Amino acid sequence: MERTEKPVINWGQLFKDGVFAAIVAFGLFALMLGFKTDQTLNNEMVLVPRPMLLWSVVGLVFLARIAIGYWQASREGRIAPPKKATALWMLKAEKYGLPMVIGFLVAYPMFVLLTAGPQGAIKWIDNFGIQILIYIMLGWGLNIVVGLAGLLDLGYVAFYAVGAYSYALFATSEPIKDFLAQLIGEGFWQAWAFWICLPVAGILAAFWGVMLGFPVLRLRGDYLAIVTLAFGEIIRLVLINWVDFSNGYAGISSIPRPSFFGVPFNATDEGFSAKFGLEFSPIYRTIFLFYVILALALLTAAVSMRLRRLPVGRAWEALREDEIACRSLGINTVNTKLTAFAIGAMFGGFAGAFFAARQGFISPESFVFLESAQILAIVVLGGMGSLLGVVIASILLVGGVELLRELDFLKLYFGDGFDPAQYRMLIFGICMVLMMLWKPRGLISAREPTVFLKEKKIVSADHVKEGHG
Amino acid sequence: MRAKSDPILRVENVTMRFGGLVAVNDLSFVAGRGDITALIGPNGAGKTTVFNCITGFYKPTVGRMALRHGNIDIDSHVEKLTDTSRDSLNGTGGSLFLLERMADFQVSARAKVARTFQNIRLFSGMTVLENLMVAQHNPLMVASNWTLGGLIGLKGFHNREKEAIETAKYWLEKTKLIDRADDPAGDLPYGDQRRLEIARAMCTGPVLLCLDEPAAGLNPKESLELNALLRSIRDDHGTSILLIEHDMSVVMQISDHVVVLDYGTKISDGTPEEVKNDPRVIAAYLGAEDETEVQEIEAEVGL
Repeated sequence: MERTEKPVINWGQLFKDGVFAAIVAFGLFALMLGFKTDQTLNNEMVLVPRPMLLWSVVGLVFLARIAIGYWQASREGRIAPPKKATALWMLKAEKYGLPMVIGFLVAYPMFVLLTAGPQGAIKWIDNFGIQILIYIMLGWGLNIVVGLAGLLDLGYVAFYAVGAYSYALFATSEPIKDFLAQLIGEGFWQAWAFWICLPVAGILAAFWGVMLGFPVLRLRGDYLAIVTLAFGEIIRLVLINWVDFSNGYAGISSIPRPSFFGVPFNATDEGFSAKFGLEFSPIYRTIFLFYVILALALLTAAVSMRLRRLPVGRAWEALREDEIACRSLGINTVNTKLTAFAIGAMFGGFAGAFFAARQGFISPESFVFLESAQILAIVVLGGMGSLLGVVIASILLVGGVELLRELDFLKLYFGDGFDPAQYRMLIFGICMVLMMLWKPRGLISAREPTVFLKEKKIVSADHVKEGHG
Repeated sequence: MRAKSDPILRVENVTMRFGGLVAVNDLSFVAGRGDITALIGPNGAGKTTVFNCITGFYKPTVGRMALRHGNIDIDSHVEKLTDTSRDSLNGTGGSLFLLERMADFQVSARAKVARTFQNIRLFSGMTVLENLMVAQHNPLMVASNWTLGGLIGLKGFHNREKEAIETAKYWLEKTKLIDRADDPAGDLPYGDQRRLEIARAMCTGPVLLCLDEPAAGLNPKESLELNALLRSIRDDHGTSILLIEHDMSVVMQISDHVVVLDYGTKISDGTPEEVKNDPRVIAAYLGAEDETEVQEIEAEVGL
């Protein structure tokens, strides 16, 4: 239906409302935000006025009130447009969006290098690029368990930890190093540890995925969530308390960094820079790490896209839709769930091994529940089952937090002690609430069919189930 | 009625207790191969419980359910099989399965018993075609070398998948759903969903198809179409059908054999004609207390 006449907007009334709201805000915040008590070096209490903060808050309230009034007035008499039957743009977004994102990611380090120079580029490639890619990979891995198989896993970080510790412990193990030094040559383990341990870490994580899978097979919904949560905590507590094994809180340090397929990134004559005739710079290692995690993440995406089109992937989705119907069709739900847990965990393990290699130091602090929650939030926010959604959500959540650290100019307004990064959980929470209101099924919620006869029609989120647990 | 001459399923002394409640009490009956066997009875008689026992969703408290493939002689083999701890036996001319020993998914995968549900259980977020592909999970899984072959894109799997799509197409045409193959199953109207559930069950290649109230909620025209579909499944595919149904127009027209349950106990067993005239059945449906009252009712309705 078309709107016949434009709604009349009474600007005078809007302005009046805005002023009134600003006065109320001033009254409320004048003392709370306008002044701050502080201690001087002589232990004297002094009152620090913060007029800029106060006025900016009052100004924001004024503008916000006018905006709300305008929005309400412009909606009056309007009839909501009919929903499109199928969200075709989502299909297009998946089809064209993913190659575009991949192309951008491949070009990203070069682009940053050109714009920010070798010194500034490290931060952008490491803190933004690598950090976000790790979460994209974890999101894609968890997406297999939560998005496809519909099993709510709150302890995914456990597999990340298993992967990280497997690599760290094997790579720093003296017996293995000595044994290989005698067998092949000095320095072999240091150079090749990452590439040998990467698959091992994945296999061990998959093994632990099956170990977790077995006892929780009968559980559904809330109960499954609680047990997986407990599993994540158990792994962390074991790592903290079994000091002989994992060195407890102190963690494991001087983990060998990945080499360029045997060529280390150092300043020696044997190093990467010398061999390729470049001037030594730490940027090469960072760029290499970026491409390693990019390759790992793309492997995860390719495998999970492929698996969806195979019988096992269809069985996962069927399991999410209706477990009893699956069993009536002869699908072994135990094995199907275990493969979902194992494959999801394996990618978590790969990411963990990469994390340990990139940091060079790990401790149980890195594997707290908050990490699981964040990975799950990425999957849920992105839209369960959607690969592109996970990318967007990771950039928003992880990149957004990193961006907060860059907002130094806010200190001009809010004083020197102001650190926007401290508000990340608040912003994160607000984002989640807004998402639940506007897009409860995630950013990209429609489902793409795995097989079709005549034309591929997108399945709207209204029909797709979230799974029982 | 081939229950005696060529049985496919023999249910013996099945009892199912839920705590103090006896849902099925010492039920024995035989379903013939190539027959449509109807299981009827008033609400709460235990029909669906019997179905759940046969398809492995419940383990009966007491009882034996023997299903045969091929021409293996049930009588001479079933005792031998029962004495072992195994759930199946391959003999001359076929194999024998003890359904009460098998897990639910094995009843479908190995014993080839497919079922539908009283309240439809489709994969509503998947398309109609995908629903039928999921039903062919086990052969496709083998063809994909348990995922590994499929992952690297072996040709064998590709061909097998095409075959599976052909099978799905066949059943979609048979159930008149071919035009909606790419729509989500949750988008279909109720009658279509019922037919899709039957098509999905048939895609597993069953020897025995168990239908739990397939005509519930269908209009008379749809009921007639369902009759034709079930007859075709029986005649063209040799699949035996076990059916729970309240709609007597369906039951009396297409069944070869009717078993009547009341309060978990079998009260009648025979051809539709025999059952229709059984005073105990009339009593159960009309609610008479004893024989004399039954006779009064019979006189009233003119039997």
